[in-house]
Amino acid sequence: MLKEYLTVKEIVGPLILLEGVEGAKYNELVEVEFPDGSVGLGNVLEVEEDLVLLQSFEATSGLNIARTKVRFTGRGLELPVSRDILGRVFDGLGRPIDNGPRIIPDKRLDINGNPINPYARDFPTDFIQTGISAIDGLNPLVRGQKLPIFSGAGLPHSRLAAQIARQAGVLGAEEEFAVVFAAMGITFEEAEFFIQEFRSTAAIERAVLFINLADDPAIERIATPRMALTAAEYLAFDLDMHVLVILIDMTYYCEALREISAARKEVPGRRGYPGYLYTDLATIYERAGRIKEARGSITQIPVLSMPDDDKTHPIPDLTGYITEGQIILSRDLHRRGVYPPIDVLPSLSRLKEKGIGPGKTREDHSPLSNQLFSAYARGKEAKELAVILGEAALSEEDRLFVQFSEAFEDRFIRQGEYEDRSIEETLAIGWDLLRILPRAELKRVKEEHIRKYMDNMG
Amino acid sequence: MEAGVVVKVSGPLVVARDLPDPKMYDLVKVGKDRLMGEIIELRGNLASIQVYEETAGLGPGDEVISTGEPLSVELGPGLLTSIYDGVQRPLDVIRAKYGNYVTRGVEEPGLSRERRWAFTPAVKVGDQVGPGDILGTVPETKVITHRVMVPVGVEGKVSEIKEGEFTVEDVVAVVETPKGEVPVTMMQRWPVRRPRLYAEKMTPQEPLVTGQRIVDTFFPISKGGTACVPGPFGSGKTVLQHAIAKWANAQIVVFVGCGERGNEMTDVLLEFPELTDPYSGEPLMLRTVLIANTSNMPVAAREASVYTGITIAEYYRDMGYHVALQADSTSRWAEALREISGRLEEMPGEEGYPAYLGTRLAAFYERAGRVVCLGKDRREGSVSAIGSVSPPGGDLSEPVTQATLRVVKVFWGLEDRLAFARHFPAINWLNSYSLYLDKVEDYWRREVEPAYAELREEAMGILQREAELQEVVRLIGIEALSDQERLIMETAKSLREDFLQQNAFDDADAFTSLRKQYRLLRLIMTYHRLAARELEKGRPVEELIDLPVQEEIARAKFIPEEELERFDRLEEKVAEQLAGRASEVRA
Ligand SMILES: Nc1ncnc2c1ncn2[C@@H]1O[C@H](COP(=O)(O)OP(=O)(O)O)[C@@H](O)[C@H]1O
Ligand SMILES: [Mg+2]
Ligand SMILES: [Mg+2]
Repeated sequence: MLKEYLTVKEIVGPLILLEGVEGAKYNELVEVEFPDGSVGLGNVLEVEEDLVLLQSFEATSGLNIARTKVRFTGRGLELPVSRDILGRVFDGLGRPIDNGPRIIPDKRLDINGNPINPYARDFPTDFIQTGISAIDGLNPLVRGQKLPIFSGAGLPHSRLAAQIARQAGVLGAEEEFAVVFAAMGITFEEAEFFIQEFRSTAAIERAVLFINLADDPAIERIATPRMALTAAEYLAFDLDMHVLVILIDMTYYCEALREISAARKEVPGRRGYPGYLYTDLATIYERAGRIKEARGSITQIPVLSMPDDDKTHPIPDLTGYITEGQIILSRDLHRRGVYPPIDVLPSLSRLKEKGIGPGKTREDHSPLSNQLFSAYARGKEAKELAVILGEAALSEEDRLFVQFSEAFEDRFIRQGEYEDRSIEETLAIGWDLLRILPRAELKRVKEEHIRKYMDNMG
Repeated sequence: MEAGVVVKVSGPLVVARDLPDPKMYDLVKVGKDRLMGEIIELRGNLASIQVYEETAGLGPGDEVISTGEPLSVELGPGLLTSIYDGVQRPLDVIRAKYGNYVTRGVEEPGLSRERRWAFTPAVKVGDQVGPGDILGTVPETKVITHRVMVPVGVEGKVSEIKEGEFTVEDVVAVVETPKGEVPVTMMQRWPVRRPRLYAEKMTPQEPLVTGQRIVDTFFPISKGGTACVPGPFGSGKTVLQHAIAKWANAQIVVFVGCGERGNEMTDVLLEFPELTDPYSGEPLMLRTVLIANTSNMPVAAREASVYTGITIAEYYRDMGYHVALQADSTSRWAEALREISGRLEEMPGEEGYPAYLGTRLAAFYERAGRVVCLGKDRREGSVSAIGSVSPPGGDLSEPVTQATLRVVKVFWGLEDRLAFARHFPAINWLNSYSLYLDKVEDYWRREVEPAYAELREEAMGILQREAELQEVVRLIGIEALSDQERLIMETAKSLREDFLQQNAFDDADAFTSLRKQYRLLRLIMTYHRLAARELEKGRPVEELIDLPVQEEIARAKFIPEEELERFDRLEEKVAEQLAGRASEVRA
């Protein structure tokens, strides 16, 4: 029998303070029975003597002090898992919402998981071909990596994430894969876009969806990514699958966290976000990777919208400090009609060096990408100069670099939403573009590669 | 044993009542899982405890037991090649016993109790010994001889000394002191928050050669010095730290992954056993100790991790070794401090950091230094401390960066603008500095090349001039520059691309000896000096740039260390080609 209390003392925003409680544990799951009989979930944020501070995952409207009942479950928040979660849709707290049968659990897993022992990790080294040149060519994704998309309001991050999910595959490999999708605070339409997308490609059979929409309880979002990653860990490390996890939109997750922090009157860090935001995000993002001797893996693509397109805002900033690189979308490219509008210069894949090269992609991949980066950087710099001083102020060379950077955006970065380029195609476009430049400027690529890959092209 | 009880749990902070005889910084065990924690505040009969493990499931009424001892590390043979968490639990052993995830309440000693080490005595019965004297040695790894020292507080006559194979718990010597016989083992314990003792501190002199050109030639750090590497995410802090851990001419490296990525530690773990130390020719791992408390591991243990690391570093220093201690990233340590302080409801200072942030940081870096060790032989050892700093938004005015800059002597400022252009290491050469430069220049003069310092200064001058000239170009255009100025721009570009840029992932480029750094710099500056002379003769700058030899200069960084004489030939070529054009013109 669960211990039940009617001793609510205060309700402040999403927080409930209870007194006279015996035996409550930190982070314990509770059931909150509303005066109307409905039941929501919550968990223990702090206990002091007989006082317990709870956060309610359900909106607290309708709660009152006199008739709210709280029951302590004696365990943490768990997700029941079995192979049957594939193809199912859950709410942000892991309850089925697709009218499907109940999950008969293989086991119940605490959604907070445990940190992977760094000694148990295996380094991600398998190149994932996404078919998108701006990613594969310059900022390649590697199996087991956490690579977020930094976006902004109105930018096509959903289309890009969906394209990655649709096209991603490891070269020469036929292995069991799955997609875990967690929506946090996004609109019905955005979520529906993904669901339709998964349906139309039949990927839905291999997908697990956790959906918390904009009008769902905000605090529930705190649990949603953890639900998703618990499912992912089960699929990857118990069932040996390669799992791609899409978390969208981490900004709303962080806002929920801020709401709790503000209600607790904690000393805020930057812009009102709690000082422990870094650590909190790390407990999500670090749940990606590979484990020695395990056959499955977890690759994470969190999506977040940068408030005001500001990369230094705490959410993208702290994310970038934890993840293994970032794909940044550019409003400027988007305005100019370039899809995908990936701003390649500030984008980065930290695992690039380990995932590409001879035997993995091609010997010229790394030097070619460095050359493209530096040439594009120089072209953009020259273009800015031209804006101030006029075209005439540019040297002959600089003009070529400007020409290069324009062609680069048009042919290398730009591609179709359903265009799936092989890595060879991507590299070939890169080499072809370099022909615009004087050969003496191609300092970052080897002469033999120039001869082999640039001169020999048709 | 009598126990206290938990009255409050708030994240990593637990408050306990009625602990018998609690002392500040005593280690305690909390709850039925006996989670490790440390007392950080005492008020009346209440003790606030920071717990090094996840506290979910703890609640009022749970038992708290005090060990009566401060958080300490075990010091002795077996530290090298180990990987520990922030409170010295061996992660390899934990994986073998408990699986792939770090579970709670695990108690594993830092040093193996089973492993036997070959002890060779260095003293005989009847010898008078005191703290720091070497009782004997153990070949800890192929490259490092572990020196077993008389512990602090023990002084007297050796009454027994052994030879042979022993575990760290076996007695290898007995010292007869005025207070009685003291058995000595190969293992010592030392509280991590207390600096280890030495005889005398000295100012750093010799450079810690890192093999990184911009560091060694432009902003060198000394053995026993302190340095910080601030930079926004992705600017190259970790890659630079790893490069230094790989190539520095330290004898021991202690690398603390403090609140950063798990994969980065894996990277080190997989790579170091494969890489060869350029000085010893043996795998790098043989001189390395890793502390890994990644971002998702408990924050309180993260707070402790830098102290665990530096205590181990000091211990090897005390044996007379030059040790490099690297912490990536100290900002995560500071954030752990902030989180605990917040839970204690302390009055926050700037940006929520506790008011004592500055003193704690200073105290940490003060533990670096070059010292005369305890012991009659007055051997010398050093700890060089290099900390990454991760300023939010890359803004250096934030509290952790500022507090760090007040204490460290070397500043390598990383800039995202350079990183975006894939100019690595992305150290900004205009605002970075080293306060050890004078001392290091003396060393260059003595040990490398008398003209090194002068060459460096000239090159630095050109880089600074470039920045000014870039302004002019930006406002008026390239035509506004004189021929002399155009040459400066050309040389500066060569300095940036052919000297400063160094690819950490290219086997041939990753490490450059001081001698080669000098030759490479001299090559570039030879071009500059000779071209400047030609300009004075009235030749136009167009004739002096785009020479074929410039492509060879660009590739000179790949010249193998064993073939430095090739630089002679290149310098000749520079002269020939600059003059060659001249004769063409005359003809
Ligand atoms: N010296 C270098 N040579 C080549 N690439 C580098 C170098 N330094 C940094 N990089 C690149 O920059 C990326 C980010 O570096 P990292 O050290 O992880 O940054 P930080 O620790 O500052 O976030 C690396 O993954 C690598 O691609
Ligand atoms: Mg880093
Ligand atoms: Mg240039």
